[in-house]
Amino acid sequence: MQIREGIRLALAQVRAQKLKSFFAVVGVIIGVMFLITVVSVIEGMNRYMEEDFARRIHGLNTLTLRRTPSVQVNPSEEMRRQWRRRPRLTLEDADAIRSQLTVPALVAVQSDAGGRVKADDTGVEVENVWITAASEEYFRIREYTVARGRLFGTPEARAGANVVVLGYDAAEKLFGTLDPIGRTVRIGGFPYQVVGVLTKQGTLFGISLDNRAIAPARSQISRIAMPRGYVNEILIRVPDPDLLRRAELEVEAIMRVRHRLRPSEPNSFEIETAEDSLSFWTRISRILLIAFPGLVAIALVVGGIVIMNIMLVSVAERTREIGIRKAVGARRRDILLQVLVESAVLSGTGAAIGIAVGNVLAQIVAAVSPLPAAIAPHWMLVAVLLGAGVGIIAGIYPAARAARLDPVVALRQE
Amino acid sequence: MMMRANGAGSTPVIRIEGLRKDYVMGAEVVHALRGVDLVVERNEYVAVMGPSGSGKSTLMNLLGCLDTPTAGEYWLNGERVSDRSDDELARIRNREIGFVFQTFNLLPRATALHNVELPLIYAGVGAKERRRRAEEMLERVGLGSRMHHRPSELSGGQRQRVAIARALVNEPALLLADEPTGNLDTQTGEEIMALFEELHRQGQTIVLVTHEHDIAAHAHRIITLRDGLIESDVRRTAVPA
Repeated sequence: MQIREGIRLALAQVRAQKLKSFFAVVGVIIGVMFLITVVSVIEGMNRYMEEDFARRIHGLNTLTLRRTPSVQVNPSEEMRRQWRRRPRLTLEDADAIRSQLTVPALVAVQSDAGGRVKADDTGVEVENVWITAASEEYFRIREYTVARGRLFGTPEARAGANVVVLGYDAAEKLFGTLDPIGRTVRIGGFPYQVVGVLTKQGTLFGISLDNRAIAPARSQISRIAMPRGYVNEILIRVPDPDLLRRAELEVEAIMRVRHRLRPSEPNSFEIETAEDSLSFWTRISRILLIAFPGLVAIALVVGGIVIMNIMLVSVAERTREIGIRKAVGARRRDILLQVLVESAVLSGTGAAIGIAVGNVLAQIVAAVSPLPAAIAPHWMLVAVLLGAGVGIIAGIYPAARAARLDPVVALRQE
Repeated sequence: MMMRANGAGSTPVIRIEGLRKDYVMGAEVVHALRGVDLVVERNEYVAVMGPSGSGKSTLMNLLGCLDTPTAGEYWLNGERVSDRSDDELARIRNREIGFVFQTFNLLPRATALHNVELPLIYAGVGAKERRRRAEEMLERVGLGSRMHHRPSELSGGQRQRVAIARALVNEPALLLADEPTGNLDTQTGEEIMALFEELHRQGQTIVLVTHEHDIAAHAHRIITLRDGLIESDVRRTAVPA
């Protein structure tokens, strides 16, 4: 009941001096605001990574066989040298895996490069198109479907026919309102016949996934990405996540035999899953979450010092009030509690404002930048507790001073 | 408020023996009280007079348990209070003493009702009971219609009535008034003194500190202090009209 009375009193005090209260808690507002903004973005990234990124880049239930890891933070010179000595992956490796796997699986090859694509009929040239040389299984592994026309099939892939499936944006840029099907585009100088246009895929971190061209791996453009016969990645998709581990072990065994590795030698290739690329992100977000609170702590300490000073002033201004309260029977702990509650309420109000502003800021960040944002409810609770905690700690000294006031002296104060 | 027993042989409200209070002012020691003995019985109405520097404020602070004596004993309502801790004194002030100050000393941002509720809050009385008793007390001092006004919206006399209501709401053994009419005009002052007279008639023990003879004349016993000692202690039998 005493605390409820204290909270009521504290809120009245905050209301009575809005501007002063605002300045008192500006530090806390800023600290909490940053906390909420950054945490929202990290949280948003987490969700994005788990839900979108992993599925889009790696695909569901898919292993990616590579010569070197796709993401590596700060590789040492020694590691780089070792990677350079590894043999490249070949079309034959893919064939071997396809024929030797006992696990049911789709196997595709894929090599990527950026390049120009030009449409003969319109004369339009588009730069920085994501060009992929892939086998026909690639579409099924990535679950790509066509908006128009068709995908290329096994005979065309085997023969290395000059056919191409365009991404939605690429087709639009190259042909505008014209129907692209059956028309010719030039990729790396080679003429390719457009057979299909993919459905829209959207963006990833602000980068379009639709500005692309996909042609058979055995056709001429494979040379844009890799020397003839070699491939960047071999994709292996199993129908069930439970089969992933078995498939991984089999692929590892097949590749070790093909690379003639002795049992003591390490793998000369990488097998990655969606979880691997997520672990990279998990590490980044962990670093962020460790480094970031330091900054927030500084803001909160500064905020706490400001609150302490404001509370000291407030206690000094209200010396007479404290004297009156003591005269009618307030004990030290009553006064102590009153000042502490007021300080905590003040700071907690600041934290609440910080949460509101932080959320708005996070939404703005999400709206104007490719970074996603998600609301993080448990972090809001953390922020409120943090705010109230700062207030209580900052209030201890002013509260102790108020509680120790001599009622005779306090009552004499004008 | 209940009538308090006024029979012979009951404990005196105030009993002090050899009360001394010294203040250290820089290198000098000021002897504000030099050994005061005093007994105030239940339902007495006492005025304490004296020139400034005579020690009447010091005596008031000690009687009100706002301060502790350097030496001597003080029994308030039979309880020895001269050697108590801060928090124990706060409890005694809360239960046994009602203060009325010259400058009213109301909380400026609180309503009259809340000001009167204040001692009950610290006594731990529940919200409903608190409100009921505060309202009842304000009715008694004639402010039933102004309970929700803040002090700034009340006249001086009304403010002092709020202060009196606050002083009495915990049914204290002793009502201590320090120049209660000092900030009021003569007419309003007389009204306040009439209220004190009424409270006394209902059984309240009152100690009044004043330097005005007109005000002191309302009391039934006048104690005059000089240089920290009691100079005279006069009991009157007749009640002034």
